[in-house]
Amino acid sequence: MDSTTTVRARGVRKHFGDVVALDGVDLDVTAGRVHGLVGPNGAGKTTLLGLLLGLTVADAGSLEVLGLPLRRGAPVPDGVAGFLDGPGLYPQLTARQNLAAVADLRRRPRGGVDGVLEEVGLTDVADDRVRGFSLGMRQRLGLAAALLVQPRVLVLDEPANGLDPAGTRHVHRVLSGLAAGGTSVVLSSHRMDDLAALCSDVTVLAAGRAVFSGPVEKLATESGPLEHRLRTSDPGAARRVAAGSPGVRVRPDDDPDRRHDGPALVVRASVPDLEDLLARLVHGGVRVRELSPVVAPLEAAFLALTADAAPGREEPA
Amino acid sequence: MSAALVEPVARTAFALPGYRFELLKLTAQWRTRALLLVCWLAPAVFVAAVSRQSTLPSDTVFGRWMGQTGWAGSLVVLSFCCSWVLPLLTSLVAGDVFAVEDRLGTWRHLLTVVRSPRRLFATKALAALTVLLVMVAGLTVSSTLGGLAAVGAHPLVGLDGQLLGPGRAATTVLLAWAVALAPTLAFAAVGLLGSIALGGSPVGLLLPALLALLLQLVQLLPLPVALRVALPGSAFTAWRGLFTAPAQTGPLLLGVGVSLAWTVLATALARRLFLRRDVTGQGRDDSARLVVVHAVLPLAALVAVTAAAVTATTPVTGPGVGRDQLQTSLATSFAHLYRLQTRELARPDVTEAQLRTTATCDKGGDRVADTGPGNDWRCVVSWHLPGATAVGSAVYQLDVTADGRYVADGDGPQEVNGFFQVRTASGDAPNPLWQFDGLVDLLAPTPKG
Repeated sequence: MDSTTTVRARGVRKHFGDVVALDGVDLDVTAGRVHGLVGPNGAGKTTLLGLLLGLTVADAGSLEVLGLPLRRGAPVPDGVAGFLDGPGLYPQLTARQNLAAVADLRRRPRGGVDGVLEEVGLTDVADDRVRGFSLGMRQRLGLAAALLVQPRVLVLDEPANGLDPAGTRHVHRVLSGLAAGGTSVVLSSHRMDDLAALCSDVTVLAAGRAVFSGPVEKLATESGPLEHRLRTSDPGAARRVAAGSPGVRVRPDDDPDRRHDGPALVVRASVPDLEDLLARLVHGGVRVRELSPVVAPLEAAFLALTADAAPGREEPA
Repeated sequence: MSAALVEPVARTAFALPGYRFELLKLTAQWRTRALLLVCWLAPAVFVAAVSRQSTLPSDTVFGRWMGQTGWAGSLVVLSFCCSWVLPLLTSLVAGDVFAVEDRLGTWRHLLTVVRSPRRLFATKALAALTVLLVMVAGLTVSSTLGGLAAVGAHPLVGLDGQLLGPGRAATTVLLAWAVALAPTLAFAAVGLLGSIALGGSPVGLLLPALLALLLQLVQLLPLPVALRVALPGSAFTAWRGLFTAPAQTGPLLLGVGVSLAWTVLATALARRLFLRRDVTGQGRDDSARLVVVHAVLPLAALVAVTAAAVTATTPVTGPGVGRDQLQTSLATSFAHLYRLQTRELARPDVTEAQLRTTATCDKGGDRVADTGPGNDWRCVVSWHLPGATAVGSAVYQLDVTADGRYVADGDGPQEVNGFFQVRTASGDAPNPLWQFDGLVDLLAPTPKG
């Protein structure tokens, strides 16, 4: 086992009645990295995060966090913190009271409360009752509660849920800073832009199985040929050149999926074939104004990897 | 994995901060604060107001003495609390202490922070118990102070007619409240069980109150006394046995024992259910089966076992209210109260031994067996006065309830029990022989024949 591995799962299985939530999942999380869990609804993300937080135990397989095996009746290591399915806060208490309780329960000094409130930008509302907080403020307070523990493994379920763009950027900065300090951050998200901006590693879950696990850059290559939007000075000439280029497929103009693309061509090709197409256009005197992927590479990879997952399957309640 | 990454000891949350946090959460709820305020203020106001009225709650035990002594008010409040208030308080505190986390969706957060379901259960149960104890203390102190302030610490007439001086009355009143704590704990444990098994549903929240209602309905049935004392609410009435001499310790100790057994079993069941619970909320919804298998059946088995044990170890069969017990109790009470009346009327004192009081009771005429509760008991009390050859006699109509309490209503002669007041040197006072409360020891042996 790698000396910097903080989470190690092998063949983890978990079922709820007849529903198999996790089916032999392997997971390795390294210290100082942000590891994203993605997958369609019902893929098993929440279950896996629940296992890491010690809220439930696996039916089979092994799971170690910070070197300790997680078993029924054994508490998770002290260095683990986070939240699942939103931060559980007490609306009748103030933000400061909520955090002070966490500090007491985890035997951390209450003096750290002000620091984490400042870190997540909630100092001004520290003495307000949580009842009046927006979803984004609650998310940030939940993050503050986790930071108070000074975690070595931080487990977060949809941490950017309800945050505005500025709030999202703020949370990303906090999490990146934690990872830079050596903390492992494991988070789930439905937003591929979050993962691209934040995660160094990613595990894609589909129907309870890990269909990909590795660096984000490697995930982007999993999608195969991508569709690209091509805008040029002469669309007609560009269409003729593209149609004659090897390995390039041009989507017809009457394709209903193309209604948002206006006069642009939509071509599907691998990166080398795209480069060849560009060279041919330049050689033919056609000026290229835009060449951009129709779907982001990560999202395309995600869709490609999870295409076999049952459509519309919901996360167990 | 390197040694640096291995936690040397997985530290669990310390119990005291958890207990403090649970108390903070409970007392931060407006409902808890309002209940605490009511428990500490309302009894004093009620007792002080009622004690000064001309019409007293004589249908409640000790109610007829509220105008005479401050101790009676606390016992009236205790009687009322035992019927409804204490089960309702346990519903609102213990019944909600776990369910509130379901409503707020905070289980995952709490368990992530505390990391020990066992410790979490203990701190929640202790916090609920603490709040309940503070509430019961409020009811005790407030009702007692209200009575003492309004009427004063005069002697209290016990349920056998004996006068209890202020010191003994104070001790016995406090002891009665302490006895009522035992069934309160049992109902609180049932509240914990309901709160865990049924979550935030109304049935889960109100389980102790529903149990109290069920037990009150059951008490109306002609149950054998062995089953009656095996029910968890029996100590809610058994404290009355402290106000006789000698104290009726049989039903009292059994009632307290049964309550404590319920407390232990229901708490253990609640803890077991809690530790088995999947807080990720992804488990199957089989709460109905869980409640039946892990709550209803074990508690029903406890009732059966307790009833069987009482049947095997006590000589009592049937309803527990027999003619001989009633006659003995009535004669004893009458003798004590006759002495009280004698003192009030400034007549020459006479002792109970000199009076040689006896009672003859009949229930509903010749066609009805002289046993069991009912309002058709008719008794004739006879007594002797020193130096007089004639035997005095008085008639009483008795309304006997299944828990052993009876109200004796004087039916003549007028000079003994015909008027509700007597004229004393200090003014009019209630006639102690006109109407009085008594108590039959349900576990006293019933002579055959």
